Amino acid sequence: MSFKKGHWTEAIDTRGFIALNYTPYDGDESFLAAPTERTRRLWEKTKALLDEERRRGGVYDIDERTVSTITSHRPGYIDRELEQIVGLQTDAPLKRAIMPFGGIRMVNTSLEAYGRKLPEEIANIFKYRKTHNDGVFDVYTDEMKRARHCGIITGLPDAYGRGRIIGDYRRVPLYGTAFLIEQKKKARAAYVFDTMDESAIRQREELSEQIRSLEELTEMAASYGFDITRPASDTREAVQWLYFGYLAAVKEQNGAAMSLGRVSTFLDIYAEEDLRNGKYTEEEIQEFIDHFVIKLRLVRFLRTPSYDELFSGDPTWVTEAIGGMCVDGRHMVTKMSYRFLHTLTNLGPAPEPNMTVLWSERLPENFKRYCADVSIRTSSIQYENDDIMRPKFGDDYGIACCVSAMRVGKQMQFFGARCNLAKALLYAINGGRDERYGMQVGPEFAPITSEYLDYDEVKRKFDTVCDWLAKLYINTLNVIHYMHDKYCYERIEMALHDEEIVRTMAGGIAGLSVVADSLSAIRFAKVKPIRNEEGLAVDFEIEGDYPKYGNNDPVADQIAVDVVKGFMTKLRSHRTYRNSIPTLSVLTITSNVVYGKKTGSTPDGRKLGEPFAPGANPMHGRDSHGCVASMKSVAKLPYDFAEDGISYTFSIVPGALGKTESQKIDNLVTLLDGYFADAGHHINVNVLNKDVLIDAMDHPEKYPQLTIRVSGYAVNFIKLTREQQLDVLNRTFHERF
Amino acid sequence: MGVKGRIHSVETFGTLDGPGVRYVLFLQGCALRCLFCHNPDTWDVNTGKIADSEEVVNDILSYRNFIRTGGVTISGGEALLQPEFTLDIINRCKANGLHTALDTAGSVPLCVSKPVLNAADLILLDIKALRDDDCIELTGRSNVNTLATLNYCEQILKPVWLRHVLVPGYTLDMRKLKELADYLACFSCIETVELLPFHKMGEYKWKELKLDYKLGDTPEPSAEELREARRIFTDKGLSVLMKDI
Repeated sequence: MSFKKGHWTEAIDTRGFIALNYTPYDGDESFLAAPTERTRRLWEKTKALLDEERRRGGVYDIDERTVSTITSHRPGYIDRELEQIVGLQTDAPLKRAIMPFGGIRMVNTSLEAYGRKLPEEIANIFKYRKTHNDGVFDVYTDEMKRARHCGIITGLPDAYGRGRIIGDYRRVPLYGTAFLIEQKKKARAAYVFDTMDESAIRQREELSEQIRSLEELTEMAASYGFDITRPASDTREAVQWLYFGYLAAVKEQNGAAMSLGRVSTFLDIYAEEDLRNGKYTEEEIQEFIDHFVIKLRLVRFLRTPSYDELFSGDPTWVTEAIGGMCVDGRHMVTKMSYRFLHTLTNLGPAPEPNMTVLWSERLPENFKRYCADVSIRTSSIQYENDDIMRPKFGDDYGIACCVSAMRVGKQMQFFGARCNLAKALLYAINGGRDERYGMQVGPEFAPITSEYLDYDEVKRKFDTVCDWLAKLYINTLNVIHYMHDKYCYERIEMALHDEEIVRTMAGGIAGLSVVADSLSAIRFAKVKPIRNEEGLAVDFEIEGDYPKYGNNDPVADQIAVDVVKGFMTKLRSHRTYRNSIPTLSVLTITSNVVYGKKTGSTPDGRKLGEPFAPGANPMHGRDSHGCVASMKSVAKLPYDFAEDGISYTFSIVPGALGKTESQKIDNLVTLLDGYFADAGHHINVNVLNKDVLIDAMDHPEKYPQLTIRVSGYAVNFIKLTREQQLDVLNRTFHERF
Repeated sequence: MGVKGRIHSVETFGTLDGPGVRYVLFLQGCALRCLFCHNPDTWDVNTGKIADSEEVVNDILSYRNFIRTGGVTISGGEALLQPEFTLDIINRCKANGLHTALDTAGSVPLCVSKPVLNAADLILLDIKALRDDDCIELTGRSNVNTLATLNYCEQILKPVWLRHVLVPGYTLDMRKLKELADYLACFSCIETVELLPFHKMGEYKWKELKLDYKLGDTPEPSAEELREARRIFTDKGLSVLMKDI
């Protein structure tokens, strides 16, 4: 391949390679190719497997006999005659592997849920071999355990892989594993100090593990018949090598989010050269991408039922960041950006890979309109604001999971799930006691006893609770990530990172709109707590009206802004594991339903058990000025205080977007331009009819690919639990009469 | 300090009331009593919220990033029942570079509405029925002012989107539509004819207000009927805007 040479030639510099060699594309989608016959047949076969998976209760098969590593499984295929890109996690499609290093208990629970049992030999190994989950629970304090149990801190990765690491898989095709191993060996050789302190010891060990994992990656690819020690020499090899890198990661780890990175513009460099040389046609290149994406849609992890409740729909968050701007002013939309989105047409909608468009005002108009068109047809795209992320993260960042930006290969996140701030508010009112369990979880202080809630008193006590909570939260995450590094290190993912990286401690908050509205109600209306025999406020009566978050009301919105700023400031004051930088996301995924179940009635009028709104969304039914007003409220949340991301889910009936197809596209583009110009961070776009959703609840078999974006990712609607389905229905649909 | 008026509600993502994405302001109060009205809660002139035109426009301006290429539409109810309020909002919006549209049934005399018609960039004019007796049956009022409004717009060459609701059993009558198409074909100020299919999503509002909804049994127009209606107008050389069917 005749690439322009530069710094990247001598040292690992994927970004440099891309900036020098990519070709911005300003044209429209008319060049895109239809699926080939092979793709059609392969996808039909795959769909049949997916149907069968559904019929079998959501899990097709499990291999409980083999502990999953990069090299543990024999090669697997869907159909060798048809597949142009090969590689499966195990030896058969949709067969899930066991990954015990995150927690052996979880593996047992999962197997039991599906009527399987861990073989004696493997159970024995884990009598002697400790796992991440064991380590965490050896160290958790009673306070941490109580907080977990009551649900004021939730979703913690203490029983599942933490994810939120994006290996720079592009390094595999760009350099070949031989060069990568050589560089890591050089790095280890250079990592010698007078004093071998903990940090140096750990770094050397990690480098050794990384080198080993690269050798295993090479071995795994060889088992499929490929020599990936050398760089890729064309588009097909580039896609295959890159996929092998990713595949190794998902053989080794079952992180909640196993995101792909920012590969499309990179791959286009190979495609442009092959098209120029006549090595491959447009149809053939699209075929590689279609087959690659089929593989990405087949990634599966064995989970426990409680995990599924929290993160329903089998999410893997294979997030691909598409587009964005280069810091030199050129946009980074290429033909490959189109090809990736085109798989939603060639293969139909799907939640994975998690197509994420990095939007800038300056993206080419053709691309913006194409994205809007695909959104309207498939509801499978999420959009994020490159114009506010680029100043912080540059032009080679990916998105981990749903909304969390980080520079690929140079940064990793210590995923922290989230705190339940709505429950924290109740603790402030109830003197630190949990309103559902009655037990003392927070610091013991005088509960509020007044007949009506006084705003100043509530604010003071809420501040106290948040101080306690922020400290407990960071300390809990410190335990978790220490143990994960120790017992479940992400070798191959980190092998595809620089040696010196930035780490963030990615905290989160749930229930923001509940808290904002509650505080507003307390301040502007009259809120009377209803107390039970134990003196706990278990319900609230509101007299009068109050301004609500989600209507572009400056007063209500300022309350929400202050909550975010306040909590982030508290997180920043604590010492973190490996000196990671605390960050915060306003994101719940589908877990807003579970958190709602575990939280009592709140002062905003929400009743015990009712779901929270997802992410940064206003509460259901409280936005009354139309969706743009809602978006303006959300856009006010300060990204500087929530750099792990601010998630907003937007659903609209097609008729409300405009009268004609062309108008719908124009208006959706206008909406996105406006939201991002207002500094909104993220938006999921769902364009569909409520009737379709109701039908899908009753007849899931009719809609195997119906995709809705739910706070942070798209999910097959039919894979949601009924409660989550009802929640989606109740979320504000914007219909214009 | 601006002019005071009564508003019913605001729609910040207006995609169906004029070109582009628009801030749609629904004013309170209407003198017509259309049988098919989907906003009967806008009829009462005494309810709604009192607002100040300056504050209203400040709110509108905060949406600038969204409505830059679209604009503002004043609707209701009947906006022209509050002509000074409407005019002040339009003038302030224009001074800030925003495109303005007035959505009206034109049921108010010209001596009152002229300044507003002069000021707005675009008029969405709703002819309920062409024949006066049909109009009285459908709305309770004559259409003489509406037709005069259209004439005035022609006189000053004000761009008009001519709206007409297709109600089975009333206006969805091929002969009547042909008459209307013939009538409209002579107007050069009409940029497009917007055909609005009857729907019943507002029925619950009638129930809530304890009003007698007479169209409970009226069906929505079929796709074929809508296509035929559209053809009648395009055959006369008129451009038609209607939802995709």
